[in-house]
Formats: sequence, structure tokens, C-alpha cells
Amino acid sequence: MNGLLTLLIFLPTAGAVALLFLPREKTGAIKLVATVTAGIAFVASLPLWFETGFRTSGDFLFRETLDWIPSLGVKYALGVDGIAALLILLTTLLSFICMYASYTAITKREKEYYVFLLLLETGMIGVFCALDFFLFYVFWEVMLVPMYFLIGVWGGPRKLYAAIKFFLYTLFGSVVMLLAIIALYFFNTTGFLWWKGLGNAPTFDIPHFHAIASQIPPDLQVWLFWAFFLGFAIKVPMFPFHTWLPDAHVEAPTAGSVILAGVLLKMGTYGFLRFSLPICPAASSTHWVQLSVVVLSIIGILYGSMVAMVQKDVKKLVAYSSVAHLGFVMLGFFALNTAGIQGGILQSINHGLSTGGLFLLVGIIYERRHTRMITDFGGISSVMPVYAMLFMVILLASIGLPLLNGFVGEFTILVGAFLANWRWAAFAVIGVVLGAAYMLWLYQRVFFGEVTHEENRTLQDVNLREILTLAPLIVFCVWIGVYPKPFFEMTAKSSDKLVVAVEQARLAREAGTVRMASTAGTPGTPATPATRADLAAPAAPAAAAVLPEGR
Amino acid sequence: MKAVDVLPWIPVFPLLGFLVNGLLYLVSHSKLGGKDAPLGAHGAGGHDDAHGGHAAGHVAPDHHAGPGGHGDHVEIPFKALHTWIGPLASGLACVAAFLAIFLWMGETRGEEALVTTLWTWIPVGSVPTWFGGANVSFDVALRIDPLSALMIGFVTFVGTLIHVYSVGYMGHDAGYGRFFAYLNLFMFAMLTLVLGANLPILFVGWEGVGLCSYLLIGYYYDKDFAADAGKKAFVMNRIGDAGFLLGLFGCLAMFGTVDFGRMFATAAADPAKYAAGGLVTAAALCLFIGATGKSAQIPLYVWLPDAMAGPTPVSALIHAATMVTAGVYMVARMNVLFRISHEWALKVLGEGPSVFGLLTHDASFVVAVIGGLTAFVAATIGLAQNDIKKVLAYSTVSQLGYMFLGCGVLAFGAGMFHVFTHAFFKACLFLGSGSVIHALGGEQDMTKMGGLKDKIPHTFRTMLIATIAIAGIPFFSGFFSKDAILGETFASGHVVLWAVGLVTAGMTAFYMFRLIRMTFYGTFRGSAETWAHVHESPATMTVPLWILAAGAFVAGYWGIPKVLPPFVNKFDGFLEPIFVKLPAGWTPHPHEASHALEYALMAASVAVALVGIALAVRFYSGAFPFALPSRVAAAVPRLTRAVRQKYYVDEAYEWLFVERLGKRFGRFLWDVDARVVDGAVNGSRHVTVGLSHVSDWIDKTFVDGAVNGVADGLQAAWRGQGRLQTGQTQSYALAMAGGVFGLVCLYIIFA
Repeated sequence: MNGLLTLLIFLPTAGAVALLFLPREKTGAIKLVATVTAGIAFVASLPLWFETGFRTSGDFLFRETLDWIPSLGVKYALGVDGIAALLILLTTLLSFICMYASYTAITKREKEYYVFLLLLETGMIGVFCALDFFLFYVFWEVMLVPMYFLIGVWGGPRKLYAAIKFFLYTLFGSVVMLLAIIALYFFNTTGFLWWKGLGNAPTFDIPHFHAIASQIPPDLQVWLFWAFFLGFAIKVPMFPFHTWLPDAHVEAPTAGSVILAGVLLKMGTYGFLRFSLPICPAASSTHWVQLSVVVLSIIGILYGSMVAMVQKDVKKLVAYSSVAHLGFVMLGFFALNTAGIQGGILQSINHGLSTGGLFLLVGIIYERRHTRMITDFGGISSVMPVYAMLFMVILLASIGLPLLNGFVGEFTILVGAFLANWRWAAFAVIGVVLGAAYMLWLYQRVFFGEVTHEENRTLQDVNLREILTLAPLIVFCVWIGVYPKPFFEMTAKSSDKLVVAVEQARLAREAGTVRMASTAGTPGTPATPATRADLAAPAAPAAAAVLPEGR
Repeated sequence: MKAVDVLPWIPVFPLLGFLVNGLLYLVSHSKLGGKDAPLGAHGAGGHDDAHGGHAAGHVAPDHHAGPGGHGDHVEIPFKALHTWIGPLASGLACVAAFLAIFLWMGETRGEEALVTTLWTWIPVGSVPTWFGGANVSFDVALRIDPLSALMIGFVTFVGTLIHVYSVGYMGHDAGYGRFFAYLNLFMFAMLTLVLGANLPILFVGWEGVGLCSYLLIGYYYDKDFAADAGKKAFVMNRIGDAGFLLGLFGCLAMFGTVDFGRMFATAAADPAKYAAGGLVTAAALCLFIGATGKSAQIPLYVWLPDAMAGPTPVSALIHAATMVTAGVYMVARMNVLFRISHEWALKVLGEGPSVFGLLTHDASFVVAVIGGLTAFVAATIGLAQNDIKKVLAYSTVSQLGYMFLGCGVLAFGAGMFHVFTHAFFKACLFLGSGSVIHALGGEQDMTKMGGLKDKIPHTFRTMLIATIAIAGIPFFSGFFSKDAILGETFASGHVVLWAVGLVTAGMTAFYMFRLIRMTFYGTFRGSAETWAHVHESPATMTVPLWILAAGAFVAGYWGIPKVLPPFVNKFDGFLEPIFVKLPAGWTPHPHEASHALEYALMAASVAVALVGIALAVRFYSGAFPFALPSRVAAAVPRLTRAVRQKYYVDEAYEWLFVERLGKRFGRFLWDVDARVVDGAVNGSRHVTVGLSHVSDWIDKTFVDGAVNGVADGLQAAWRGQGRLQTGQTQSYALAMAGGVFGLVCLYIIFA
């Protein structure tokens, strides 16, 4: 279905424009229009799920190309593979839930609020769809603005500090990323600094850069890798670039936190998969580069968990737990094998579902008590049994209980990490223990024991709307936990391609030559699809290389 | 109908029970379910009523409300439905289990494993492993073989009895429905654990039982110690699970598969390849770390005594009969790793292996040592506990140690046999203690009991049978299984471990008869009011007790040792197929002990048990406080205190892991986060702002200064030239003409 992606991107914008024509007093109509728009966007994104092409090839599908700035080679180029499709589905689902969940949480400037939420959705979907670096960068930056306002206007007491910090920190990373993009652009054409150019026609086409990756000299790749790294690592966020996250989460309104954790962080991990690994495969497979990223990931897991343990604010605790979870994702990616990457992608989705769910749950109790301090609660199980049950399910998903989604992701990541180097897994499993410790301790302090505050005795249990906002998340948590196969299949081909690309670059480098691609890719030509059979070949020598390490 | 078609139903029935019970409970406790089910009244108020009266601090953690208590008026929504669905779900699982066993015996004569793959769970894809690559995919698959048949048989049987018992025991509790939901969920997880055909599915059950254990220990969640105990159990189990995961990954990396059948075949095909460098030993030890968590062995045993904060049926089912034996099951399941590790260690260490060498090379020896040590240490703590459930808890830890001792000397059959007999007598003992607590309206302190044997005769008789069984008196089940372990230990040459086991057997007999003496003999030491209310439990509780007592007696006859008629150990024969044949050179020399020696060992065990019983009777007779124990305690005050305080292990763990490594280190890192990591970010802001001020100053002083300077200069110049502005058009025209003239001249000169 051609034009689907354009429709998906601009449907929320259309909704936002429609909202502008509604009088601001008619909050009911505003909420309705916003929710219906997001709902339609979710339904419209469903064809991505049912597209069988993702399950049979790692190519970009649903492609659209229009010239935008011909002199620079800038195009309006869209297209998604299985990874992007899953993330788009997550985005539309969470956006829909966020609209619905904000009804009672937001009581001032509703019109602007929903306009910004819808514009944010446009930006996020755009990032995942863009196949042109220029377009990608535009969406990447566009998306910052509504988020900035969501935190800055509807946030908590330190909202301005948090909003500006979020904006500047992310912008800083993006600018460095922009440098990498420009370097790539010139390398492709006339050359960049002392690196001789390839003399191709100017283009920002992302698949083209995937195709010429093997022609980029490894030393340039290393520079590009770290430039991209800074942009994405801040977004993920990886230790030590994570400190904007707790502030942003704590100050953001509930929906902001959900989107932030659920989707915005995933743009960082997506960046690693879309740019760092396939465009800098030789750099990614360089031992010290890989090791640096893995070490930062493991530090993120352990450090995030330890710091989460001692938090006093529920939201901050969940924020630090995100640092740990994203550490797992990054560890999986940089295990650089199918298990790790597949697990990492699924864990990105899982984190969106379970941490998004946790933020919704925190929002529910915040609306009732206007506090998030753990010590202000206690004994909530007796007063709000259904809420307690929902919280328990999402929490168990978050700490990776088997038959819920978190386990499948973490487990697959750990398999990948162990096979890459067993020591990495040995460190990372400590995070599994710590995760249980801080989450259950939180649960105990909030829900168990006697009711210690009189105000809590009269709390109302969750209402139907709140249950409905959480129900889809729980359905997905159980689904992915019990039958994750369709999700894995969705991304298997793309992951294989990444593994093959990195593996080939490693082999080429070890052979002492930079292998030139047999055909210099022309703009718009997708990389040769890899099959499982292709994978087996490089895997065997790699195993030999891993063996002494493993033992 | 085939056995494999029945297998899925075994865990599915309890799962359905969980869903229905859980949903009914939630509906009846939510606003949506109906306006007439007020939250506070049932959730909190009723709860307090039911349990508040009996809270005697940490001494009596089980807040069960006796019928004589205040609990009678608690209204339980859907009580009849819960009463039927809970036990029925377990009962159907039991029927399905026995049907499956029956069909499987018919199809394979019990000699082969049958596997059914339900669906592909995690398709990992092609990955590099340590020995080449493998296409890895984890399936949801169930397996029936002698080991799982044994487990599903007694788990569903004992489980169903405990469900029935709970109808009576929990009948006055506001959380009745929640209790059955959790219990059903536990059955689901436990059955998944034992039926799983590969390590990941085993792990699903493994974590699942851990969750249920957490939920049920913390069942009285409004009591802090219950919530604490639940969390402690889960986190300690998770520490073990981390080890388990590493072991699992190790198996995957070595064998390229974690399916039991394929994995064992791969390992047995070339043991030398996988044993080299201690790979198998390392994997086996990692798995054993998991077992120490689940089965409460040193160093991860401290959660089990605390777990007694849960309702007594939970202690019987989860913390005695089934879940805690999962570690033993897993070790027996992975027996091929331990056997390979053992033989490899002997090969590497050569003649005369040292204890240290064995500890570092032989995973099975580590299992034996940990098992023996745990059996001993837990038994010593059990000697001095006054809480009836705590005694049983330490007894369980100790008996689990025996099981590992058996597995550690590669007598997996003996270890599993003890798992089997223990399930009956320990479940019977726990349910009996529950019946006592029920009769006394929640009292658990044995110093406030006494003389109950005629008041609650069924409870007394069944508990006595089970006590005789655990003490190791001939013709009762415990004798056969414990003797099998001790005999094998001796025969394998581990005389020291055998001696430890023997002493432990004596202590076991002592503390168990101490329990019987303190509870049922002598005079009642509680209040007169309590005494007046003492009553035998209802039939829903006594009938399960009698069935379990019968099991405690007869279960041992399945595994009569070979030296006694009928001269064949049927149990070992039944389990035989689970031991994959290893190539020549990798099978241990069979331990051939002479019959005379076997008789002598048996006689020693019996003698030690009788001494223990005699001492208990001697010590705990006469008036309270018992004179002899007090004198012994006074003679060694520090030792007594150390034993009473469980050697301060809890305190040490709390100090080191919770306070230091947990909270204090966490706070330190948070400080680092705020000051250093975020400090750098904020610092860069300050630097930027500071630089801006500097720029501002430079701007004002120099850049703008230059501009202003130019302006000032111009202004000054203007003032100087101001007099040129005469206002006369002629003089302007003259100047213009002069200018034009000058320009033309320049043009002519330079053009």
C-alpha cells in the first residue's frame, strides 16, 4: 500500500490542525478528536504488522521517494523494515494510550497539550520511517520541540530546568551526529578531510550508505561511529550520559514520561541499528570499540539498578530502572550476534510496554494523592486491590519473570552476550538479581504493610478508563511472554543482515584488506538481502575466534 | 489416547483454576464487581479481624485464625465456588498425571522418554557456540520420563490433599479466593518445572514457583515480617537463578542445545571434549548455585525458615514437599554433567585426590559437601527452636541436605527416593503442625503447648507416624531412603560425610521427638481459655493427614534395599532410564559393599536414631521448664545463644548485603550520580554561562567598545567638522564639484 507511511506521519498533524479550529473551552471535543486521531493512526499502522514481507526479507518496504532539494540530493524518502515497523506500532499504540490516559491528568491548556502530543507522534513516526539522512535529521529535531513544551508547560516543580536540560543535552548529541552525516555526505561525493571521496552523485539516501559501508575506510568509520555514538548514547541514554533522564521523567506529565520511556529512548537504540552498525561495521566489530560500548552497557545495568534501589521518588526509581534496562538492550546489540540483536530489539519493545505501564500506574496514584514519594504510601494493597494486581503484573514483566515479555528479551540478550563473551553475561545477570530487589522493595513499601497514612484509606481503586489504558499493555506483555515468535520473525531478517554486515567487516579487516563491494551501490539500491545460509558461513570462523575467549 | 496428548493438561488445569479463582477474587474485591462488596471491609478490616488477635510478634508468624477466634464472621464472596474450583483444578491435574503415567508405562514400559513440542517459544537463530555454530530455538515442550513421572505423581497427589486441607484451614480467612488462586498458580508452575523438556522451560517453572512462594509467604501482606520474608525468599532465589542462568548458557554454549534428550546424548557422545578445561564442572556448579537457592542450601538457606510466615498449608506444599525439592530434581535431571565432572576430576587429579582438588574439580563432590554441611548445620539449629514451624523448617533444610548428599555421591536414585518419601512425611508433619496451631487458635510456641495428645488424637497419631518415619525407624519410609543415602555415601568412600550424616540422623530423631514431647505430652502450658477451645480439626483436615501418614509409612517399600528381601530395589530400577550411558572409562566403578557391612551400617543408623529418641524423651519429660535442657544450655551459654540466634547468619547477611552493598553503596552511587556525572553536565552549564559572561564583558569592552569607539571618534570628528555645515547651498555645491573633479582625476590617473 503506497503512501501508508506518509499517511501515518501526517495523520496526527492533521489531527493537530483540526484541534486548532476547536474552541479551547470544548475540552471534551478536544480530547475526543485527539484520541480518535491517535486511534485511527494506530489502526492505520496495523498493515505493518500483517505485512509478510518483513518476515521473508530484511529489505525496506512501503517505500516512497520524492525529490525535495535536488541540488543537494535531498529526498523525501520513506521506507521501513521489520525493526522500524515494530517501533512504529509501539509508537502508535503508546500515543493512543497516552491520549486516553491524559483525560483527568491534564486540566490546563488542554488544547495545546493535545496538539503537542499529536505533533510529537508525527515526529516519532517520521524518525522511524525516514530513509533520507536529511529527512531523518529534520524529524529527529522536530520531535524535540513538542517534548520540550510538554515537560516545560505541564511538568512538575522543576519543569523548566528539566525541559531545558533535556533539550540542550539531546541537541548537543544531535549536532555531533549531524557532523557525522555531513562527513558521510562529503565522503560519498568529493571527499572529506584527507579521505578521498567516492565520487558518487550527492545523496543523503540511507540505504545507499548501507551499500557503500564496506568502502568506507575503517579509520573514518571509527570517527563516524563515535560521532553517531554520542548522538544516540545520549538519547538511549547510556551511562554516563543518562542524567537528563531522571530529571525529565520526574518532571514530565504522565503521558510525557510514557512517551519518553516508551518511544524516545528507542530512537537512540534504533539509531545504533540503522546507522552505527550497518554504516560503520568495521568500527563496530573492532574489539576495543565493541568492548567500550559493552562495558558502558554493563555499568549502566549495575549502576542504574544500584541507584534505583535507593530512590525515594517512585518515578525516579522507574527512571533509573530504565537506565538498567537500556543497558541490557545495548549489551545485546553489541554482542554482535543474532541472539543479542534480536533480544535487544525485543527488549526495546518490552521496555516501552512495561516501563510505559509503570509510568501510567504511577500517574494513576499521583492523580489521587499528588505525591510520588514512597514513604507517603504503604498498605495500598488493602485499599486498591485491583490497582495492586495490575501493578504487580507490570512489575513482574519489568523484572523479567518468565511467561511475561521482559524475560524473553533479557534471556535472549543474555544468551547473545554469553556466547560473545561469557564474562559479560556473568556481570549482567547480577542486574537480574538487583532488578528483583529494587522493584520488590518498592512494591513492599508502597503496597504492603498497614495503611500508615490516613489520606490513603479513602483512595479509590482504578476506574474502567484506567483499566482500559493498562489492559492493552498487559495483553502485549503476556503475548510476547508466551508467544514471542511473530515478533522475532518480524525482525529476524534485518538482524541477520546486520550480523552479516558486521561479521564480513570483521573478516575483511582480519584479512588485512578492505573488501570493495562488487557493485558500488547506486542510490536507492537496497543492500543484498542476506539469508540464513549466508550467515552460517561467517559464523563458523567467528566461533573459532570466540572459543579461546569463551574458555 | 496417547500419553503426550495428556501431558499439556496436567499444568493447564491448575492454570485455569488460577485464572478463574483470581478473576472471581478480583471481581468481588473491585468497585466494578458490585457496589455491595466494600473494599475496606474485606481487604483490610476483615483481614485485621481475622488475624489481629493472634499476632504475638515474630514468635508466632502464622496468623491463622482458629474457629474460636474472631474470624467466624468474615464474609467470603464466592466461597463455595472457590472451595470447588481450587481443589478441583489440582485434582484434575492429579487425574491427568496418573493417566499420563499409566499411558506412558503402557507405551514404553517406562523405559523411554516421550516428548511433545507445543510451540516454538524463542527462535534465536544461528549463533556461534564454543564448538562450532548452532541454530538455536527454545521450544515449549513437555517430557515424561521416569523422573518427571515420579515428580508429577507425588506433586499432584500431595498437592491435591493440601488443597483439600486448605478448605478447612483457610475457611475463615478473608483472602480465601486469593489463597486458592495462588495455590493453583503454584501447581501450574511446579508441574511446568518438572514436565519441561528443556532447561528454559524448566526455568519457567523454576521462576514461577519462586513467584508463588513470594506471593504466598507474603500472603498476610499487611504484616511487615510476612512481606519481608516473601521478598527475602524471592531475592535469594534470584541469586540462585542468576547462577542457574549461567549454567544454562554454559550448556547451550557447549552442546548447542538445551533440550534434555539432545543435550545428554551430545554430552555422552564425547565426554572428554566437554569436560576438558573444566567446562562441564563449571556449568554443573553454576546450575548447583541455582539449586542452593531453590532448595535452601548453604549459603542461600536463610530464606526458608523465614518462609514460615506464610499460611501452614503453603509451608507444607511449597516449603517442604514440592518446590524446595526442585533443586534436587534439577541436579538429578542433569546427572550426566555431575557424573562427567566427577570422572574428569579423578582423571585430572590422578591418584590420591585431595579434598581441595576435588572441591575445585569435581562438581558432585561440592554438592555432597554442601549437602552434608547443610544437613548438619540446620539440624543443630533445629535442636533449639521453640516455634513448632521453625523446627520443621530447619528439619526441611536438613533433609534437603541429605538429598544433595545422596546426589553428590552420585547416588541420584537414593537422593530422589528421599525426595519422594520426604514429601509424604514432611507434608504430614507440617499439616499436623497446622492442625495443632488451628486447635490452639494460632499459637505456634511449643513452650505454650503440651498434653495435647488426647485432645486432638488424629493429629497426634498422624504426626507420630510421620515423626517415626523421619527419625529413621525401620519399616517406615524415612528409614529406607535415609539409609540408602548413608549407605551409598559410605560405600563411595566418603567416610567423613557418612559420619556427619549419621550424627545428623541422631539429631533429627532428637529434635523431632522433642517436638512431639513438647507438643503432645506433659501438661498444657498455655492459657486456660485456649485449653477450653482446643478441638480436633474438621474432616477436610484430618482425612488428608491420615492419607499422608499412610504414605509416610508405605512410601519406602518402593525402594527396599537390595540386602533385604525381596532383594531388588524397584525404585532404582524405575529411575534407571534417566541415567544416560557414558562411554567406557567414564563410568564409575560400582561400589560393592558386602552384605555384612550394609547390615552394620543399617544397625548404626537405627542405633543413632534410637539414642536420639531416648535423649529427647529423657530431656523433655517432667515439669516445665524442662530441667535437663536448661542445665545443658546453662553449661554452654555462648553456644546456646549462637544456636538460638541461628549463628547470626541472617544478621551478617543483612549487614553485608543489604546495608553495606545494597543501601549504603547504592546511596554512594547516587551521590556520585548527582555530584560527579550530573555534576559534569551542570558544570558544563556553569562553564557555558561563565564563558558567556566573559564574552559579554569582552563584547562590551572590546567589540562593542570598538564600535562605540568608532562612533565616539566620528562624533568627535563631526564636532570638529561641524563648522563645515554652513547651511549655504553654494558651499555644498562647491564641495561637490571639487569632489567630482578629484574623482575624475583619479580615474584618469589609474585607468
